[in-house]
Amino acid sequence: MNAKIFASIAVAITGAVLLYGVSDFPTFGDPRSPASAGVEGGAPSASQYYINESYGDTKVPNLVTSVLADYRGYDTLFETVVVFAAGMAIFAILRVVGKEAKQPTGPRAGSSIDGDHQRIIVGTTCRLAVPVVQIFALYVVAHGHHSPGGGFQGGVMLGASFILIALAGNLDDALTRLSEKAYLSLAAIGIMIYAGFGVLPQLLGKNFLDYGVLEKILFTDGPEMARSHSMLGVEIGVALTVMSIMFAIFANLSTRGTLKGGL
Amino acid sequence: MADFFFNTVKPHFNFWIYVILMMIGLWSLIAKNNLIKKMMGLAIFQTAIILFYVSLGVKDGATIPVLEHYGAERAALISDSSADAIVNPVPHVLMLTAIVVGVATLGVALALCQMIFKEFDTLEEDELLRKIKALHDDD
Amino acid sequence: MILSFDIIILLFLVVAALIALNVRDLLSAAVIFGIFGFLICLLWAEMGAVDVAFTEATVGAGVSTVLFIATILNTRRKSSD
Repeated sequence: MNAKIFASIAVAITGAVLLYGVSDFPTFGDPRSPASAGVEGGAPSASQYYINESYGDTKVPNLVTSVLADYRGYDTLFETVVVFAAGMAIFAILRVVGKEAKQPTGPRAGSSIDGDHQRIIVGTTCRLAVPVVQIFALYVVAHGHHSPGGGFQGGVMLGASFILIALAGNLDDALTRLSEKAYLSLAAIGIMIYAGFGVLPQLLGKNFLDYGVLEKILFTDGPEMARSHSMLGVEIGVALTVMSIMFAIFANLSTRGTLKGGL
Repeated sequence: MADFFFNTVKPHFNFWIYVILMMIGLWSLIAKNNLIKKMMGLAIFQTAIILFYVSLGVKDGATIPVLEHYGAERAALISDSSADAIVNPVPHVLMLTAIVVGVATLGVALALCQMIFKEFDTLEEDELLRKIKALHDDD
Repeated sequence: MILSFDIIILLFLVVAALIALNVRDLLSAAVIFGIFGFLICLLWAEMGAVDVAFTEATVGAGVSTVLFIATILNTRRKSSD
């Protein structure tokens, strides 16, 4: 009872203070709000610069991708590192290796699906759907410049396709296709690709993650297309890392670290 | 009463509902007994905050932040006021990061829940506190 | 920015959140949490945030629900409140 009373008091006070603060906000949907248009008489806001100048600077129609991978690429690099660190944390917390790794005892020790005939519908449907999902995920990564999409969405879809293989059969089916060594190396390679695109301009004498100077290496005419191509390379790195970590989290969570048995 | 409703609540009704969602998540994080319910409350709290941020960039009658393929000709016709016709893309960028980091930390939290279950064989908070106290009383 | 659509989806959101947190069976709670994620994705698509809606549909309503179900599989399915 103590926790509920304390929770109610805390929620009531916080809620009242927040609701009092909400009454000062601009109206929902106002195009002249300070977040979108800047303050009167001051400098234009960042979003106005991005909307007006981003196509001229980078030749990428999708404004969200161009801001995410080019103007704010430093944040995206460290967000990918955070995803990688979370995967490593789960690996460190749960993973059990060696001969003493046994199946987790619980209410469903071992596989409780009785008979293979129950797996036929689910198994066949998943096996038919997996190649389509993977091709669509690669399309989403590559087409992220012209339509909604990009590295994160495509990477999560690729990871979800491997989870689908694991749901159609055993976790071993998915692990023969993407073994533990493979997904750990792919996660690290993805971050190396992104950091490589950052260090390469430094070797050429300019700033970190300054893609415009890569026009000499990528043989484009003008720095705009170099920025566009570097954005694609960076998105591929992000997709590799996110795919491996999503599958790693699922594999470790569903078997409690032993990578045997599972959903 | 009607005056309060029309002047205070109605222009900001969606912000009120975001605050209500946040408070539902916060209450469940503190008061629920089961650890998995607490994690669900945390995820609802996170989603309500992301909803709040994205709704700050909405503009009436504006279109999505993807320019059409004839972007060059459109850029030639741009006057200063056309930035009002495209939704503000900066909150979308920030919240993309937040969603993915949120699910990664949810995975870490669930891994910790599984280790707690393996050690103490329960996921209810009051039983956990009793068992931890019994462990310390034995020392 | 259609007003009635906004109000209806927001009310459904609050109802789904309340139900997901008060059901005793944790598997049902995980599925209703998936419904919550899909309603949020719909709300963002209507607000014009298409990239965020795409990410939430895959991550929030897909992977997050699967992680909850995988954890419930290895622990208890019933909860006391």
